[in-house]
Amino acid sequence: MHLALVGTPNSGKTSLFNALTGSRQKVANYPGVTVERKEGSFVTPLGRQVSLVDLPGTYSLRGRSPDEEITRDVVLGRTPGEAVPDLVLCVADSTNLRLTIRLVLELKSTGRPLMLVLNMFDIATRRGVTVDVARLSEALGVPVVTSIAVRKGGTAELLRRTDEISAQAPGPLQQNLWQPLTVAGLRATQRQADRIIAATISLPTKPDTWTARVDAVVLHPVAGLAILALILFVMFQAVFAWAQPLMDLLSSAFTALGLLVHDTLPAGLLQSFLQNGVISGVGSVIVFLPQIIIIFLFILLLEDFGYMARAAFLMDRIMGGAGLHGRAFIPLLSSFACAIPGIMATRVIDNRRDRLTTILIAPLMTCSARIPVYTLIISAFIPARQIGGWVNLQGLVMFGLYAVGIASALGVSFVIKFFMLRDYAPAPFMLELPDYKMPRAGSVAIGIYTRAKMFLHRAGTTIFSMMVLIWFLASFPLPPAGATDPAINYSFAAMIGRALEPLLMPIGFNWQIAVALIPGMAAREVAVAALGTVYAIEGGKEAADQIGQVLATKWSLATALSLLAWYIFAPQCASTLAVIRRETGSWKWMAITFGYMLALAYLASLATYNIAYALGAG
Amino acid sequence: MTSTEQNDARPQMPLGLAKRGYSGVIHRIAAVDAGSALSATELESRLIELGFVEGARVEVLHEGVIGRDPIAVRVENVTIAVRRREAMAIIVA
Repeated sequence: MHLALVGTPNSGKTSLFNALTGSRQKVANYPGVTVERKEGSFVTPLGRQVSLVDLPGTYSLRGRSPDEEITRDVVLGRTPGEAVPDLVLCVADSTNLRLTIRLVLELKSTGRPLMLVLNMFDIATRRGVTVDVARLSEALGVPVVTSIAVRKGGTAELLRRTDEISAQAPGPLQQNLWQPLTVAGLRATQRQADRIIAATISLPTKPDTWTARVDAVVLHPVAGLAILALILFVMFQAVFAWAQPLMDLLSSAFTALGLLVHDTLPAGLLQSFLQNGVISGVGSVIVFLPQIIIIFLFILLLEDFGYMARAAFLMDRIMGGAGLHGRAFIPLLSSFACAIPGIMATRVIDNRRDRLTTILIAPLMTCSARIPVYTLIISAFIPARQIGGWVNLQGLVMFGLYAVGIASALGVSFVIKFFMLRDYAPAPFMLELPDYKMPRAGSVAIGIYTRAKMFLHRAGTTIFSMMVLIWFLASFPLPPAGATDPAINYSFAAMIGRALEPLLMPIGFNWQIAVALIPGMAAREVAVAALGTVYAIEGGKEAADQIGQVLATKWSLATALSLLAWYIFAPQCASTLAVIRRETGSWKWMAITFGYMLALAYLASLATYNIAYALGAG
Repeated sequence: MTSTEQNDARPQMPLGLAKRGYSGVIHRIAAVDAGSALSATELESRLIELGFVEGARVEVLHEGVIGRDPIAVRVENVTIAVRRREAMAIIVA
């Protein structure tokens, strides 16, 4: 039996989905669109196997965005490859039925078997909402059940009714009378809904005082921004500081494993493949896991609590100026730690257009992997001079690199807003601010678990294959017998580097830099070690100071500045590209990201090199 | 729900101009004059879907930081955040 969950945003659809399916969930994308598809399964008390799909939240079936089109098409049975639901469950927040009742009336016209689930019934009762369930069911002409998704056994009635409905002989197939509603039609159904509510539901006289009290502080122009800043500070701190020991631990565990392989196996291709291809490849993926878990812990807690909509409210005007949605704020901030969790966090943005824009600019935020490259070059080439007595020149350059990243992200977003992605009307900021609710540990845990699993499974395979490819390029062909130069200098990477040299000459790069950029695709900071390898410096990654000293003698200042500019923009990270491919469900957006970042990097380096050269830094 | 008639004495104005603390009743939706990026039909549809229909009680609960925009509006028993530009389409009294 196939069930579909439909409901307005904030109706508690996801917590009901979690309550019914537990961890038996699969999260993927609908083919070709950036819309999340969540499916789960459960067994009813009578032993019926049920598959349940959680459709994107919507207020109507008009399909004003790709997400809402999915909901409409699945309900109408129009989506190829998607089972036609045998029963549609329309989920409602019992404290707030007005908009859902209108949606139920619209859903009824599709002729699809329908049941209304009054979720969060306990909160509604506590607040003094009384619902005459029998009369409501009669007035709507659909079965109505109450549920408390977050309580054990809170879905018993829903399960019982589902069994009853599935046991019944299917009634005469009802005709689909649904048509996109006109303004008059919408208004008429809302009026009808208001009449039904007046006849069957009595609302309390006082609103939720707790939410009102919290909002008085959280949405206060001064206190609200201070609280937002504090939350972000803690989150940022957590991603950087709390994740770091775990990341170091994972990283050294993989290094140790690699060394173990190195010591046990005879030197040769197999040893190199296992150590440098497989183990360091897998390690470079898994090392992001602590950051992803911490980011999603914060995001899910804030989302379930109801704060995310408030943050969007506070940030709307600031972000809106650059054509970004208020909700893009947290994903973009996360990208300062690493673009991968940042891009995954764009799932909080419902609108596809806003989400794509955010995904495209997230890699421009200065991630932590750029820091080793920046510090190496800055400490080697920029004198630690004080400007005006208190500003350190090195710090100023570092700040400038961050600022250019942010400014260009806003600029690119602005360009996208005006020249691309015009296929859908921009979503003006209109958003329900739901009542605050205590997040449930179980729900948050399921959310983190599915994200982590998804990251390891899907992105892991793509990232891993790219790592193996990079290893292959840097290892083959093997150096001839008696070769004196480092092995990488005989590889395909070196051939590519030499072939690219004429192209990179105008931006001041020599072939050694070009060669180092290829293993640097694995992760930006790897380029530091790769430069060490190419220049045959003993000690690898640990000898960063030494590498800096050597580079200072081999490169001009113009070349160094050009490389810094390159690193602000260049899509030097296979993992990020793989995650973009996964999250957008298309190679196209990955290619667009790669292309535009490469173009920006080349232009920025070209300008930097030539200006620096003209000023005598060549 | 309060009927619109008893508010006829109050002057009509767009909700987009209302200050924090304002409360009133929706008189009509005038999406054409709002100057939103959306078409009038689309704007009106979205407003109705969020419960902004004639006769609904509204109260402005909060204002944003920059330019007092957006605003958080209580519509019956739901709170909706909306930009002032779009709220210009909601004529209240």
